[in-house]
Amino acid sequence: MLVGVLTAVGFASVYISRKANVSAASLTYALFFFALYLAAHVVARLTVPNADPYLLPLAGLLTAVGLTEIYRLGPSNAFKQGLWVVLGVLVFAAALLLLRHDYRVLENYKYLFGLGAIGLLFMPLLPGIGQTVNGARLWIHVGGLQFQPGELGKIALIVFLAAYLREKREVLAQGRVKDWGPLLVIWGGAMLVLFATDDLGSALLYYGIFLAILYAATARVKFVAAFIGLFLVGSVAVYQGTPHVRERVVNWLHPWTSHKVYCALTGQMTLRQDCSSYQEVQSLYSIAHGGYGGTGLGAGVFTTPQGHPLIPYLSTDFIYSALAQELGLIGAAALLLIYMVFVLRGFRVSLAANDGFSKLLAAGLTFGFGLQTFVIVGGILRVIPLTGITLPFVSYGGSSVVANFLVVAGLMLVSHRANSP
Amino acid sequence: MNAQLNRLALVAVILLGALVVATTYWQSWAAGSLAAKQDNAVELVSQFQVSRGLIITSNGKVIAANRRVRRNGQTFFFRKYPKNGFAAQTLGYSTSALSQTGLEESLNDYLTGSTTNLSNAIERTLDRLGGGTVYGDNVRLTINAGAQQLAQQLLGDRCGAVVAMNPRTGAVYTLASSPTFDNNLILKPGGYAKVLKSKGACGDSSALLNRTTDGLFTPGSTFKMITAAAALDSGAFTPSSTFNDPGYCTEYGKQVKNALNPDQNGPEAYGHPTLAQGFQHSINSVFCNVGKKIGAATILEYAKRFGFYATPPLETPANQRLPSGLYNNGKLWYPKKPEFQVDPGRLAFGQERMQVTPLQMAMVASAIANGGVVPRPYVVDEVLGHNGSVVSRTRASNLGRAIKPETASELTQMMISVVQGGTGTKAQIPGVQVAGKTGTAETGVNNVYTAWFVCFAPADNPQVAVAVVLEKQVNGFGGSVSAPIAKAILQKLLHR
Repeated sequence: MLVGVLTAVGFASVYISRKANVSAASLTYALFFFALYLAAHVVARLTVPNADPYLLPLAGLLTAVGLTEIYRLGPSNAFKQGLWVVLGVLVFAAALLLLRHDYRVLENYKYLFGLGAIGLLFMPLLPGIGQTVNGARLWIHVGGLQFQPGELGKIALIVFLAAYLREKREVLAQGRVKDWGPLLVIWGGAMLVLFATDDLGSALLYYGIFLAILYAATARVKFVAAFIGLFLVGSVAVYQGTPHVRERVVNWLHPWTSHKVYCALTGQMTLRQDCSSYQEVQSLYSIAHGGYGGTGLGAGVFTTPQGHPLIPYLSTDFIYSALAQELGLIGAAALLLIYMVFVLRGFRVSLAANDGFSKLLAAGLTFGFGLQTFVIVGGILRVIPLTGITLPFVSYGGSSVVANFLVVAGLMLVSHRANSP
Repeated sequence: MNAQLNRLALVAVILLGALVVATTYWQSWAAGSLAAKQDNAVELVSQFQVSRGLIITSNGKVIAANRRVRRNGQTFFFRKYPKNGFAAQTLGYSTSALSQTGLEESLNDYLTGSTTNLSNAIERTLDRLGGGTVYGDNVRLTINAGAQQLAQQLLGDRCGAVVAMNPRTGAVYTLASSPTFDNNLILKPGGYAKVLKSKGACGDSSALLNRTTDGLFTPGSTFKMITAAAALDSGAFTPSSTFNDPGYCTEYGKQVKNALNPDQNGPEAYGHPTLAQGFQHSINSVFCNVGKKIGAATILEYAKRFGFYATPPLETPANQRLPSGLYNNGKLWYPKKPEFQVDPGRLAFGQERMQVTPLQMAMVASAIANGGVVPRPYVVDEVLGHNGSVVSRTRASNLGRAIKPETASELTQMMISVVQGGTGTKAQIPGVQVAGKTGTAETGVNNVYTAWFVCFAPADNPQVAVAVVLEKQVNGFGGSVSAPIAKAILQKLLHR
């Protein structure tokens, strides 16, 4: 616990000094944020005193880094993000209070969670509240508030998968076909929805989570291999069928062209780096500009001298390229290390848990957290094709923050139970 | 189940580890090549956050300075050019619309401080980390502000160019090209289009063209310096070799008349002049006969020795300099069989598709002044750090020997006689012996000429070489319109 408080004070001071670099008036942000963190900490101490002491400080640190960079890129967004963080902490506290005695009751409602997940994923497709942003239909818009229900759907799906696989792991391992039914229906439905909404990043993420939980539950590598095979077949089909996907893959393999290619955005012949791969390429330039030490917070180059942004979606999907430029290799590597430590703590929680549901739940939440980081940052760094999803805790985006606080709550609940005498 | 969980944890750590590796790759290994990409908007914008180095003349006049602008909480540095239109084409411009030309383009790495050595790397890194202003390196040119200003003034609204240089070191004092433009106008919205439209008196090409290094002109009789060099250096002739001049020279059964050269003074037919007299009075028939005797191949070989057929070295961007030589259909052309493909008689007096730049002609005069060795021209004297330390200094060097020292001194004598009592008397300076050669090339329009004067002084101890060209001069000859400009520049640079 002491470590937790120390870390909190540490990041708060870092936060304050960095904020001062941008504007002195923003110290209130830092104080407010610190108070908020303390509140979350107190709630955690009271409800789950035996929980892993590192998870909440790590989450707080990531949130602080994200909030600072969002503030630097656009102060008005930081205010909104701050509100979402408050909501996230409230949800976190509520989850801890409600489930502090035994979160395992969730297991009883597994089908509800499964259907709920699909329901949440379907919501953006409903006319009236659904909204298409950047080619993907994954937002709902209710009374001035934008929300990505898929983020919560992810957690619901993990709960369902953990509960169902805990129950059926032996029979599945022996290969009883009929028990695959509900699993495939729920999971297949989710995948279908994702392809229908063109949200490929999430599809990749959910598939990975599904495989991870399946493997953890059954220990059958051949299941994983079979599903990866299925995934490859599916990928080829999607690649052939969807121009959206084809473009992403082409941009990934050949972001720079030396000859002019057809540009669908303008209908003219241009170099690809001036058209469809512009965002990826400029984001790489942004990262490269940071070098080892970075430009320093507030000193990075993200706009033209006239104030036009150079990289679209910088504070959401591409916040990593902003951070990598301003913090440099040292800062970016440190940020990735925080994610790594978080993931290792998460798996420790999972290993320490006493029952199958807890183990699978913690592993699913943790692996999902790590994989989400990999999918977006790997996309930015050209390790894999780029798909737009958020960087946990750091990206600007309310639903993401709330969902990730739920992940922390879940891990702390499992951890508390495992460590309780 | 724990074995699986351990393996999953390993997979997750490997995935995140791959991100660290990839970030390292882009931020260290690939950073340099990404920074050099043409479309790198981040790098282009960041250049404007550096206090761009000043460009100053040899005597310290600032010709490119900065305007500091605060925008969106960040400081940008935009260019301003305190001396409107001063050496505009050579200096070039650096705009926030991200395009550059001239020295602003070719010296960009110095001016933005991208070229780092051990001594300034630490200082710059500290500046950057401390949020302070990063300063680029300052550049001192060899351009002499007074001579440059005078040359531009004398050119006035006529189209043409003046190049002056030190014939021993190659340091360039003047690179004046007219019409010129206001570099500050380029920086304004719509300014570029306005500059494109301004054409000056000659009306057919843009003010953006740097005529000193990028303009091609017919050399006319100034090319006789090269023909004479070839004739003497190859041993085929001496200055006192005599010729029969009936007023024309017969080539391919046809007469090539002296009268075609309006630069010539004295009688139309000289009778029996020597080579030296032929040079002094610029007699075409004499050189026509020289060309026929030594052949086009020899003349072109000597032209090459003087630097023709190679882009002259200078610190301006390579695409803003052209090589001199024969041009066929707009392309530099070296004939495979000169004896069949080139008319040697007409080549000998600088017609026959020969095209030269004023810089090249200044190099020819310099080589003769320098005892036959062609100096390597340069315009950047030194690069200075923000704190005044010398980052680099140009050392004089040469491009090799073109002719023997004896040939050079024979040519010098012939060039002195041109100014003393030949076609170039208007370049005489009391107390200073000037060596020069006139040139008046036909343009294809009657009575309209390209007027040249190429010279150096003092003849016994050469300190300045000058090449002047004026386009489209109506009844204006090299000796009458260009020689006075060259004289004024010599006087300015020699303080006479």
